[in-house]
Amino acid sequence: MSRQSNRTTESKKMNSELFTLTYGALVTQLCKDYENDEEVNKQLDKMGYNIGVRLIEDFLARSSVGRCHDFRETADVIAKVAFKMYLGITPSVTNWSPAGDEFSLILESNPLVDFVELPDNHSNLVYSNLLCGVLRGALEMVQMAVDVRFAQDMLRGDNVTEIRMKFIKRIEENLPAGDE
Amino acid sequence: MAIFSVYVVNKAGGLIYQYDNYVPRAEVEKTFSFPLDLVLKIHDEKVVVSFGQRDGIRVGHAVLSINGVDVNGKYTAEGKEIIEYLKEATNYPVSIRFGRARLTSNEKLMLASMFHSLFAIGSQLSPESGSSGIEMLETDTFKLHCFQTLTGIKFIVLADPRQAGIDALLRKMYEIYSDFALKNPFYSLEMPIRCELFDQNLKSALEIAEKAGTFGPGP
Repeated sequence: MSRQSNRTTESKKMNSELFTLTYGALVTQLCKDYENDEEVNKQLDKMGYNIGVRLIEDFLARSSVGRCHDFRETADVIAKVAFKMYLGITPSVTNWSPAGDEFSLILESNPLVDFVELPDNHSNLVYSNLLCGVLRGALEMVQMAVDVRFAQDMLRGDNVTEIRMKFIKRIEENLPAGDE
Repeated sequence: MAIFSVYVVNKAGGLIYQYDNYVPRAEVEKTFSFPLDLVLKIHDEKVVVSFGQRDGIRVGHAVLSINGVDVNGKYTAEGKEIIEYLKEATNYPVSIRFGRARLTSNEKLMLASMFHSLFAIGSQLSPESGSSGIEMLETDTFKLHCFQTLTGIKFIVLADPRQAGIDALLRKMYEIYSDFALKNPFYSLEMPIRCELFDQNLKSALEIAEKAGTFGPGP
C-alpha cells in the first residue's frame, strides 16, 4: 500500500545546511549559556527526549511498523527505517552483547556534524547528544526503557561514530490495553 | 452517509479532543394549551418527557426551549422552575421545543473514560494474547470505530453504519495528530488539544472521507 500524502507534492525538501547551521547555533548557544560541557550534554539529552516523545508518533503514523517483539527487531527498525526516514542515513547494527540486550549503531556519516570541528576546550562535549535523547524518548513511549550513549565520536578523534544502546527494562505502567 | 463525531482519548483514558461533525437533530416545536397532556419529569438536571407521545415528541425527549428561549437545565432562562411554570394555567398557550438532549462535555468525558475501561476489558477477555482491543462497536443507528496506537492514544469515530473508509480515516487522523498537535511545540502531551490547524485539517479529512467514502490513492 503506497502511502500517499498531500504534503509530498508541496516540496518538503529543506536545505540540509540550514539544518546543520540550526543545530550548530543551538549547541554553541547552550555552551555560552551553561559554560560546562557536562551540563550542555544533559540539556541536549533533555531536548532530544522531548523531541523523541513526539517524533515516535510521527514515525508510527507514517511507517506503519507494528510492535517489535524483541530488541533485535527494534534495532533493525531503528537502523533501517527510522534513521533512513529522518536523517537519510542507514547505520549498521553490530556488537551485540551475549545476552542480546546491548548493541551498537555505527554511523558512517552524521548530518548533524557536517563541517563541524570540536575545539580543544570542549573535549567533553558530546555534540550529537540530541540523538541519544531522541532515541531514549521515542522508545520510552513504546514502553521500552533504554540507555543510549555515544561510545565513539568522529568529532573527538575516533574513526567512526558509534551509539551504544542498552535495553534496561519493559515499562509496565500505562501499558496500552492488549499488551502484556 | 455521515460521520457523526470524533473522539481522541489519551493514555490515561481522558478525553483530549471531541468534535461533533453531524448530529441528527430531531426537534419538534409545538404550541400547547393548558393542561399539558405530556407527563414531564426531571432527569439528570433536565426536564424530559416521561410519558406521552404525539406529533414527533417521544419519551425521553428533553425540553429545549420555551417560547423560543433556550432553557437552562431544569429552569427557564429567567430562573423559574419549568415544571412549576407549566402547571400555571396563566402561562398558556406556550410554545415548547422538544428534542433529544445534547450530551454535555462532562457527559462526553465520562463516556470516553468508560469506553477506555471497556476497551481494556475487551483486550483482557481475548482468548488469544496480543489482542488489538475493540475495533468496532456496531448498532443499528451507528458504528463506532476505534484505533489504538502503539503509544496508547485512541482515535474513535462514530459514523453511519454504511459509511466506508473509516479505517483509512483513522490512520489519517493519526497523521494529522502527529503533525498539527505534536509538532506544535506549545502543545503539551496528554492535554486537551486546542490547536486550530488540527481542527481545520481534521474537518477537511472528515469531508473528504464522507464524500469519497474511501481514502484511495489521490489523483
